Amino acid sequence: MRHTFAVLVENNPGVLSRVAGLFSRRGFNIESLVVGETEDKTTSRMTIVVEGDERVLEQVSKQLNKQIEVIKVNDITDDESVNRQLALIRVAADQSSRQEILQITEIFRCRIVDIGRKSLIVEATGDEIKIQAIIESLKPFGIQELVRTGKVAMVRGVK
Amino acid sequence: MLCGAEILVKCLEQENVEVVFCYPGGANLEILDALAKSSIRLVLVRHEQGAVHEASGYARASGRVGVCLATSGPGATNMVTGIATAVMDSVPVIAITGQVATSMVGTDAFQEVDMTGITDPITKHNYLVKNVDNLARSVKEAFYIAESGRPGPVLLDIPRDVAMAFSDVTSVSKINLRGYKPNLTGHSGQIKQVAHLLSESRRPLIIAGGGILSADCWNELLQLAETQEIPVANTLMGLGSIPLDHPLALGMMGSYGLAAPNYAVQCCDLILALGTRFNERMTCNVDRFAPHAKIIHIDVDPAEIGKNVRVDIPLVGDLKIVLNQLLSKLQPRQHPEWMAEVRDLKASPLPRPKQTCMLTQIEVLEALAKILPDQAIVTTDVGQHQMWSAQRLRHRRPRGFIVSGGLGTMGYGIPAAVGAQLACPKDPVVVITGDGSFQMGMPELGTAKEQKLPLKVLLLNNSFLGMVKQLQDCYIEGRHTAVTFTDNPEFKYLAKAYDALYLKVEEAEELPAALAKFIQHPGMVILEARVAPEENVYPMVLGGRGLDQMEF
Ligand SMILES: Cc1ncc(C[n+]2csc(CCOP(=O)(O)OP(=O)(O)O)c2C)c(N)n1
Repeated sequence: MRHTFAVLVENNPGVLSRVAGLFSRRGFNIESLVVGETEDKTTSRMTIVVEGDERVLEQVSKQLNKQIEVIKVNDITDDESVNRQLALIRVAADQSSRQEILQITEIFRCRIVDIGRKSLIVEATGDEIKIQAIIESLKPFGIQELVRTGKVAMVRGVK
Repeated sequence: MLCGAEILVKCLEQENVEVVFCYPGGANLEILDALAKSSIRLVLVRHEQGAVHEASGYARASGRVGVCLATSGPGATNMVTGIATAVMDSVPVIAITGQVATSMVGTDAFQEVDMTGITDPITKHNYLVKNVDNLARSVKEAFYIAESGRPGPVLLDIPRDVAMAFSDVTSVSKINLRGYKPNLTGHSGQIKQVAHLLSESRRPLIIAGGGILSADCWNELLQLAETQEIPVANTLMGLGSIPLDHPLALGMMGSYGLAAPNYAVQCCDLILALGTRFNERMTCNVDRFAPHAKIIHIDVDPAEIGKNVRVDIPLVGDLKIVLNQLLSKLQPRQHPEWMAEVRDLKASPLPRPKQTCMLTQIEVLEALAKILPDQAIVTTDVGQHQMWSAQRLRHRRPRGFIVSGGLGTMGYGIPAAVGAQLACPKDPVVVITGDGSFQMGMPELGTAKEQKLPLKVLLLNNSFLGMVKQLQDCYIEGRHTAVTFTDNPEFKYLAKAYDALYLKVEEAEELPAALAKFIQHPGMVILEARVAPEENVYPMVLGGRGLDQMEF
């Protein structure tokens, strides 16, 4: 099972290494971990995607909660939530293929953020499925470089 | 305005710290200087590992936080084994280390080591205090974290410039840790369920772990066991929570546990597990553990519940509070048939030594058990002597059996006794140790000598690292490698060097007189018992077997 945890932590130096250390030490499988400051400067939000069975996931949440600097742990896997990743894709583009690539990016509502002589950089945001689809569609043109973030997530509706 | 070192000491005084186990170095000069001007007793140790064990022994005997101090670099890394020992046994210890100046941190400066990084996995929490304005709050938080909820060690790493810098913030009265709010009161719905299961059970069993001692609730345990007529098995860490002479007490369970509690676990229909973490030394093969029992697990640390065994009713809370909640819901109850079985189990004799030519550890410990005063505190080292002590002593004093359980750290016994003796100066403190462990903890006899502590050291000398020899007997066809001490030092002269009375026994007949002298001698004493090398500890559960599959 793959679960997404939204984890509110103290914005202290060292929190990231504590949490990362916890995962490696206890043998939990992190798929991705994204961390950034929240609207309140004293806290950060981590979005952690973990793979494991029910027992592992229960331990993940309990061990996270046990950390002094972890303020709140929410398993938002089953919540209605907005999930986003960001990818930057450098794709080979010559005169003949440029038009076609532009069309694809339009369909996926991506943006071209850099134009080189022989390549373009495409910026894509979306959930994992969409990002995967974009990558697949651009593959035939030749992807020269790819960077992507892990997932960030926010629960829908007012809580 | 005070400097960091003075702020630290002021905060320690506010926490009513009586004693700090310390070792000096270039990075803690200012802190030591400030401590010297305070009312706090400074105990100069011989090795920083000893300082942590001493703080741990102090904490476990007294129920208060133990404090130790070392310098940066090697002083700090010498503390690592002590800190890991404390975290495994949930002991509230504050370890303070000096650190290189903040401007040098991260440069591989002389005697710099990343202590917060190193101790992250072995502390409950740790602090690198980079700003003197945060020092008072960090100290206050450290004490609160160390002693509340599930206790544990907290490290304060204090760079030298922070100790020297001045600040107006010299104490804080309130702290707010929004990420740390231990749940102390039990959920009333769960309590009702527990009461219900207890009322239905025909063969209930309590497993009392170290949590009973940390939470100071041995009286509640006794009340629960007696009013409900439930027998009590102890984990190694829980020994002392009920005296072994009590009709409901079964003694230690686990891989070197006694037959009675091990069988009781395997045939009971309900386990009430109190303050224990179902470590594999206690459960043995978990798949075979307590096959007929529903399990109620009460612990203050939610992460322990469901970690190693599946439980039917989880209940999070401080044991003292939860047991009182539970007691108010229960009617007195009896289990005559089950108790008859339990009495039979308890009546079966313990394993005897295999050979009869030489004195054995079992005979020495049984003789000691007979004359040991009720208020005595016993510490042990790690090995066969530890398991035999756990099995054969009577454990009449709560917080009176102080051993390294979770980490199994040789060299714990002597320093732990130093700490315990300082916490309880009027009570006899006995160290039970082997010739291997003794030589690891020995430096702290120097501390004991200097502090004039009348430790009673029972050295069970089998000229072997006996427990490992036993493992070699069991698992690698008795090939004994690196477990024989063929040329041990003359312990007699070591005793003399430390100004201790030296006694020696080689025959069972000598035991009563020697042990009486051992206990009564007003100063430090080392009693060396020359014991049979070949004896192994039984019952023993081999790896992979269930609790009921003991070797005898
Ligand atoms: C620091 C440390 N190193 C190694 C071990 C592994 N070990 C466990 S018991 C033991 C032998 C202990 O020998 P001794 O203290 O003489 O006691 P005995 O078993 O003979 O009673 C050893 C080496 C350990 N527990 N701790």
